Amino acid sequence: MFGSSTKKTGGGINYNEIPARIRRRPYYIIAPGLLILIGIMIPFITAIFLSFTNYSFRLPKWGFVGLKNWINMFTGKEFYHALGVTLRYGIFATAAEMLLGTGVALLLRKDTRYSRILKVLFTFPLMVAPAIAVLIWQLMTSNTVGILEKVLNIFGIYNFPWAASHSTALFTAILIDAWVNTPFVLLLVLAGIQSLPKSPFEAAAVDGAGAWFTFKTLTFPMLKPFMYIALLFRLMAALQEFGIIYALTKGGPGDTLMNISLTGYINGFTYQKLAAALPYLLILWFIINKTAQFLVKRQRHLAQQAAGK
Amino acid sequence: MENQGQLVDSSKNKKIFKILEPIGRNLGLTLFAMFALFPLVWMVVCAFKSDAQMYNTVFIFHPTLENFRAVLVGTDYFRAFFQNLVVAGGAVIITVIAGVPCAYALARYNFKKKEDVAFQILSFKFAPEILVILPIFLIFQKIGLYDTYFGLIWVYQLITMPLLIWVVRGYFEDISIEVEQAAQLDGYTWYEVFFKTLVPLIKPGLVASALLAFIFAWNSFTFPLILSGFEIQTITITALRYIASDTVHYGQVAVASTIAVLPEVIVALFIQKHLVRGLSFGAVKG
Repeated sequence: MFGSSTKKTGGGINYNEIPARIRRRPYYIIAPGLLILIGIMIPFITAIFLSFTNYSFRLPKWGFVGLKNWINMFTGKEFYHALGVTLRYGIFATAAEMLLGTGVALLLRKDTRYSRILKVLFTFPLMVAPAIAVLIWQLMTSNTVGILEKVLNIFGIYNFPWAASHSTALFTAILIDAWVNTPFVLLLVLAGIQSLPKSPFEAAAVDGAGAWFTFKTLTFPMLKPFMYIALLFRLMAALQEFGIIYALTKGGPGDTLMNISLTGYINGFTYQKLAAALPYLLILWFIINKTAQFLVKRQRHLAQQAAGK
Repeated sequence: MENQGQLVDSSKNKKIFKILEPIGRNLGLTLFAMFALFPLVWMVVCAFKSDAQMYNTVFIFHPTLENFRAVLVGTDYFRAFFQNLVVAGGAVIITVIAGVPCAYALARYNFKKKEDVAFQILSFKFAPEILVILPIFLIFQKIGLYDTYFGLIWVYQLITMPLLIWVVRGYFEDISIEVEQAAQLDGYTWYEVFFKTLVPLIKPGLVASALLAFIFAWNSFTFPLILSGFEIQTITITALRYIASDTVHYGQVAVASTIAVLPEVIVALFIQKHLVRGLSFGAVKG
């Protein structure tokens, strides 16, 4: 758990008792890694700075415009649409993956040969790049060559629009997201299941507790910390999903799939209005950061509870 | 009496449950297996179909290698594969060199702001990629790093470094401090302790997390989309061109996807044991 690493490392080297030369050693050791990362974060500060200017890749000159970009964003319609898409995509994709992943993990609980083989096979989609996953699903959903079209034809459905229609594009994108990422939730929850202590379950069985009661009062609370980690990683990624949506429709049809990441990219890169696009992305960063903080805090709390502290 | 009736009832229910449970469980698993695995199977099937067979056959057809030739001979897909290998591999090598000492320091030393540093490193993972990348594009164009190996490998550190540091830190924490102290008593200097006793102990975990970092780097889409041009092309970007053209050759799409996925699936098989731990950044020691 994230919480466990915060404890003073057992028997760690106490830096007050050693000379300064050695005391400074950890800083030297982490310096190269940290410098590489901080070097990349300079652009981040640049982003905040540029959001108060009218910088564009097209204009040779630029100057400060104060809060204009921010005010434009909050008074325009585009931002609220993008925010809506971001939240819908993030919440529905994460919810689908959590439910499906946890469900299948519980089915894999029993250790049979079938479940052992499946556990390995299920990791495959997780390795697929989002852009490649979109290609793979084009092969599935294409109205001319796709196998799903042929299956749907049996049920009398012809030319199901998938990503091409306003009403099914979000579903299609989430389907692909779920295909790639459900195994992530599955693996984490399964690891949680395998770490469950035996004795409380034996006690429950002796007391004649029903399956649902055992699940509600024992299994689920003990799995919660693991599910929180899965939730944290999935929600943070789904709120800023770019690859799947870009490869699928570039935000279309129309503006159906234009979440904040896509809107920022199209405005900043395609239309070359960088300064106007940055406030969108800074808000996205703010949302993600705050959500992550909240979830990490909750997770630590739950992990401590589960450990009986 | 009432109580007894319930008992009999529930044992009867249990019998039915015992028969139905494996059937339901395996049915559910099979359904999910079809969802998770069939697209990959279909991809491989399509890779061997000619354009004509693509439209009028499903599973029974004469396999052809036409698509493989079209994708690999006389196109830049092979080049993209190689360049992707250089960028992702280079990124992982830099990450291992700079990141493993970082992980060690975060595991073993208690220094001021340690947890803040650790969380800062983790937070890079959650920063929106587009937000980071747009200003980098601007800066890279100014300083000449746009469309270069060096530039991409540097930026890929955002993907590979947090992962490696957090996972390897956990592996270091698993090693008892006595191991180090014993080696120190034997007269080893601190770097001898590090390379001769610690590195061999964490090696399986280190290799696994480096390979996972490689997969993440290999899969990166946003960074090369914006930061690479004609000189360097990665596989994720190049593969998209097969679908963007007016007449889509689905067989070639399938081959391009297969080639992109194959190395990753093979790697995944090798790191099964460490996968959960790596994917959760060391949070779950599965």
